[in-house]
Amino acid sequence: MSLTDALDVRAGEAAHLILRRATVLDPVAGIDSVHDVVVRDGKIAALASPGEADGDGAEVVEAEGLHAFPAFFDPHVHLRTPGHEHKEDVETGTRAAAAGGYCGILAMANTEPSVSTAADITALREQAQAAASVPVGFLATVTKEMKGEELTEMVELREAGAVGFTDDGLPITNAGVMRRALQYQHLCGGNIALHEEDPALSGGGAMHEGPVSAALGLAGVPSVSESTMVARDAALAGYERARIHVQHLSAAESVEVVRAAKAAGVQISAEASPHHLCLTDDAVRTLDPHRFKMNPPLREERDRQALIDGLRDGTIECIATDHAPHQPEEKDVPFEQAAMGVTGLETAFAALHTELVLPGVIDLALLIERMGGGAAPFDLERPTLAPGSEANVALCDLGAEWTVGEDGYESRSANSWCAGKTLTGRVLMTVAAGQVAYRLRSFSLGVAA
Amino acid sequence: MKHLLSIEQLSREEIEAILDRAESFAEVGRRDIKKVPTLRGRTVVSLFYESSTRTSSSFDLAAKRLSADLVSVKAAGSSVDKGESLKDTIATLSAYDPAAIVIRHPYAGAAQMVAGWTAAAVVNAGDGKHEHPSQALLDVYTLRRRLGSLEGVRIWIVGDVLHSRVARSNLIAFNRMGAEVTVCGPPTLIPRGIEELGCEVSYSLDGIEEAEVVYALRMQKERMSESFVPSLREYAANFQIDSRRLNPRQLLMHPGPVNRGVELSGEAIDSPQSLITEQVAAGLVVRMAILFELLAGSEGQTPAGEGEASKPTPIGTPA
Repeated sequence: MSLTDALDVRAGEAAHLILRRATVLDPVAGIDSVHDVVVRDGKIAALASPGEADGDGAEVVEAEGLHAFPAFFDPHVHLRTPGHEHKEDVETGTRAAAAGGYCGILAMANTEPSVSTAADITALREQAQAAASVPVGFLATVTKEMKGEELTEMVELREAGAVGFTDDGLPITNAGVMRRALQYQHLCGGNIALHEEDPALSGGGAMHEGPVSAALGLAGVPSVSESTMVARDAALAGYERARIHVQHLSAAESVEVVRAAKAAGVQISAEASPHHLCLTDDAVRTLDPHRFKMNPPLREERDRQALIDGLRDGTIECIATDHAPHQPEEKDVPFEQAAMGVTGLETAFAALHTELVLPGVIDLALLIERMGGGAAPFDLERPTLAPGSEANVALCDLGAEWTVGEDGYESRSANSWCAGKTLTGRVLMTVAAGQVAYRLRSFSLGVAA
Repeated sequence: MKHLLSIEQLSREEIEAILDRAESFAEVGRRDIKKVPTLRGRTVVSLFYESSTRTSSSFDLAAKRLSADLVSVKAAGSSVDKGESLKDTIATLSAYDPAAIVIRHPYAGAAQMVAGWTAAAVVNAGDGKHEHPSQALLDVYTLRRRLGSLEGVRIWIVGDVLHSRVARSNLIAFNRMGAEVTVCGPPTLIPRGIEELGCEVSYSLDGIEEAEVVYALRMQKERMSESFVPSLREYAANFQIDSRRLNPRQLLMHPGPVNRGVELSGEAIDSPQSLITEQVAAGLVVRMAILFELLAGSEGQTPAGEGEASKPTPIGTPA
């Protein structure tokens, strides 16, 4: 399904634009050359020869030296509504997504109350139609109130528009319940996204278990608390011929389990977050909960390298931010007491470009491919710049340096793991679902002049 | 040095400077009038979020011996009970313009955060299972007095290392002073990766005869219910330091409070090899030295022994 068919967005004016002499890179469509990108009536009308597109009343953006990518898709965002609107809501969260170059996101269901009924889904979809800058899809919980005991009315939830299911924030500890959900998937459809953690192993932990936790005296979350659950669910999915999506892989052992499951023919997909790809538990030595406390925790360099290898060989098909906004009072407390999670939508591309592409760890095309890889696991069409498709464009200046947080955030929360970092590469403009969803202020002023 | 947040932050020279200062306060302690006017007119706040006997009483007494005005706040019975956040509590207490805040808190990094919220010098009196720097300093002080130097001294730290901030701070401090450290305990109570802090790991007392110093840790009863060890009886059978396991030339230390008959036998505690009461006495002078270094040491006064100006002057003595 196309993003606009499956997801909800505030209706607006269809974009009518020419991105003059943009360097167009769409690795999936096999495009890597300079074009005038013509967007008309919200669609990619043409990729014309540089300087040749006819203005025809369109807004013309001088994009020489800038890159046009298919806009990104994030399958893992916490919009915090209902219940925690002081942290984020549909409007601020989708604004943050647009500022990060995203044209679609999936919202997690661990709200208060959790998204467990058809009425919850309907209400959220109405909010998105009124306030979302970019298309949003909503996942519903697998179990009622995320208690891990009884399944939600998954068929009715799907009919109401739930894109898939997740108890994210919590694992489904009971293997029997997990198995029933996978069996029921053959009736209701929809992927099941899994937060993999065995609380009997991770309980009370505040960071990765290893030399750094030993030095800091913090209770550790061992890698095996994740990998054993990934292995269990991969085995169950294989047995039931069902489909699962593993969220926020963090440990080398988990990557290996997913790789082996894929080789064995299990329908399993996986995501990794920018912070797990860029940071290690060494950062926790600062004991700064604002930037470095999250679940799963930052792990060791060997884990980070395993995630990068997984990204390269396709074991991990997508990057997901696990954007998790929190207010200062939930973070201005000692590390062990602080809320878990960091924001990531506004910085994901720039951070990965700075930390992985510029040093030559991965190439730009792979990054762009993986930034859009989160749509397919949920049966959504991946964004593309191929002529005729709906316009979903991220226009970026790969040379622009900026300091994160200097001009504030679009998100309602400031717990960015990149806060204070200087990043290279910036999203200047985002077109999502055929509408201009975002323009960097200084960039639009430049265009006006 | 603006704050004392961890042993990790201190160089060997800084540790030695504090210990030298403590020696000069030990001399004051032998006088009839044990008080010096150094911190007269300055305020020290002691803020304890966890129960404590030794640490809190010795910091309080240290502040009084230095003539500071002391405000002691215990979390129980204070506005902390009413749900005030640590940040707001610190803002409130900082309004009295204290020269120092001594804080004990059940979570790692609390003292470090507090240092970011107040203009006062912050002393970490224990943060979660992370660090307890004043304990490590007083232990090094005690050993240095007895042995002269820790260079090459073999020290075994025995017991529940996983839950012990004392073990962590002492391991770092002993290493920094040139000692060779082995941590010993049941595998369930030794944190994974501890050897990267620079120590040997032993899961039994075999080989403890090589140690010049045996440092036993407190074994908490609640560890049984969390199945870290099956029973206190089995723990004691394998890890208790008793007179049979302690040879006569070894020194015995413990941070207190001791569970008699669990980690230490009664006779070991009361033996002449035991430094436990010396540790407590050292706690007072070392904590005086810490407050002095933070609050007066930076005001142009040289370390003890280098000049007349550094000699603490008893009250009543003409300057």
